[in-house]
Amino acid sequence: MIKTERLSKRYDTLTAVDDVSFEVQPGEVLGFLGPNGAGKTTTMRMLAGFIAATSGTASICGHDVETDTLAAKRSIGYLPEGAPLYGEMTVRSFLEFIADLRALSGSARASRLDYAIGRLQLTAVLEQTIETLSKGFRRRVGLAQALLPDPPVLILDEPTDGLDPNQKHEVRTLINEMSRGKIIIISTHLLEEVEAVCTRAIIIARGRIVADDTPQRLAARSRYHNAVSLQLESAQDLAAARDAIAALPLVASVEMSERDARLTALPRAGAQILPSLSELAARRGMNLKELHLESGRLDEVFRTITA
Amino acid sequence: MHNVGVILRRELRSYFATPLAYVFILIFLVLANSFTFYLGGFFERGQADLAPFFNFHPWLYLFLIPALAMRLWAEERKTGSIELLLTQPVTLWEAVLGKFFAAWIFAALALALTFPIWLTVNYLGSPDNGAILAGYVGSLLLAGGFLAIGSCMSALTRNQVIAFILGVVVCFAFLLAGFPLVLDVFRSWAPQALIDAIASLSFLTHFESIAKGVIDIRDFLYFAMLIAFFLLATAIALDVRKAE
Repeated sequence: MIKTERLSKRYDTLTAVDDVSFEVQPGEVLGFLGPNGAGKTTTMRMLAGFIAATSGTASICGHDVETDTLAAKRSIGYLPEGAPLYGEMTVRSFLEFIADLRALSGSARASRLDYAIGRLQLTAVLEQTIETLSKGFRRRVGLAQALLPDPPVLILDEPTDGLDPNQKHEVRTLINEMSRGKIIIISTHLLEEVEAVCTRAIIIARGRIVADDTPQRLAARSRYHNAVSLQLESAQDLAAARDAIAALPLVASVEMSERDARLTALPRAGAQILPSLSELAARRGMNLKELHLESGRLDEVFRTITA
Repeated sequence: MHNVGVILRRELRSYFATPLAYVFILIFLVLANSFTFYLGGFFERGQADLAPFFNFHPWLYLFLIPALAMRLWAEERKTGSIELLLTQPVTLWEAVLGKFFAAWIFAALALALTFPIWLTVNYLGSPDNGAILAGYVGSLLLAGGFLAIGSCMSALTRNQVIAFILGVVVCFAFLLAGFPLVLDVFRSWAPQALIDAIASLSFLTHFESIAKGVIDIRDFLYFAMLIAFFLLATAIALDVRKAE
């Protein structure tokens, strides 16, 4: 279990983290959500024992991060922001270095190394120096390092940042697989990522927790959740299309932007409007450039919650 | 102590993973030998000892050791790998010691590779090999002192060039502390006790007495305390600034 109580970090004039209290149970995948500078990284660094809190406490599996630091660190696999690594080392020697620091030895060491290397598909680059690897591979080496000791807690700061969609998917699958019985905390500013992997999301803004909910309920707070956005070939019959869409029973309202010939249809609470909209578009023979379902707009959720 | 060894081995290996190690050793050997033969007049003196060799070490170290030490922490902070390292189950002290000893062992290796000059002087005459051994010990302690200072300067900044310049300046001050150049500045107004205290901080005084073959426990204590002091300062600087 992870428990923080009134955790705060203050710099000279800035309060980076302000009175943050939460508990996370095994099996939970917690997403920290928030804009850059909201205090996600600072909170994770305090949990990982890298920086000390100004006030408040945090404990990892019963070990206080201030007074029982080594035991707390032993319980955590941590991926720092940007996945910093030792560029001049080969992937193999780097992972062996981490295994040594984690005091892994004998068959446990060999099997954990095999697992991490295999799970993150690093076999092909084992003898390459890390600085020659692509960003995606580096992130995978960072993840391999975090899960190498099989810790009960994983703290991953923006694990999919800078990855291509396939790699993002791969990392999310990995997180889902590992979540059984573990505590996983990830930070991100992508709402869809929280929906894909997290069982719970905490939104942090200006150092404070402003929301703590399941991703589904959180995303549903966005006006644009399940909204459908259409872009027409020309703005000519935009107004007529708007009126036709607004007349659909499940559509609550339609927003129009003439500049790029775009309409955004907002659904009534809980309604799925994509099928009826695409049917309407086909029936009227609309010249669609684009049609997509919005999963919710983070900045908009923020405005709603923090207003 | 297990972790000190792990960090030490990683550091040592990383020296040799880049051209740094080879460039450093090559330049050290070339300079050490040219100083000995051209500036020190190794042959012209007609004496079977290594005084012209050891006499130039402080000046050689003044530039080479800060160059070796500048990356110790500045690079970790610049790349952010310090966060990776210090969130492993290691203490700050283990990391500080592991890195320092790795650099010191590396310097010892470079120093050991000067052995042909010891063979040369033994071939040409019959020197006092005890005094030569003392010279090597003194040189190694001097390198350790410079490295501890360099480690501290490297912990103060993310910029390796700044770490290098700070290292040279502080090492230079410690070198010159025993020189009339520095002492005369204080002599006109400061009490004799202060002048003695400043003079006693000099690297040169302590190094030269060891290099002459005079093994005095106070010289050892001096270097040990100096190293301990600057490693403590390294740890404090890191604790305050590691996340910046």
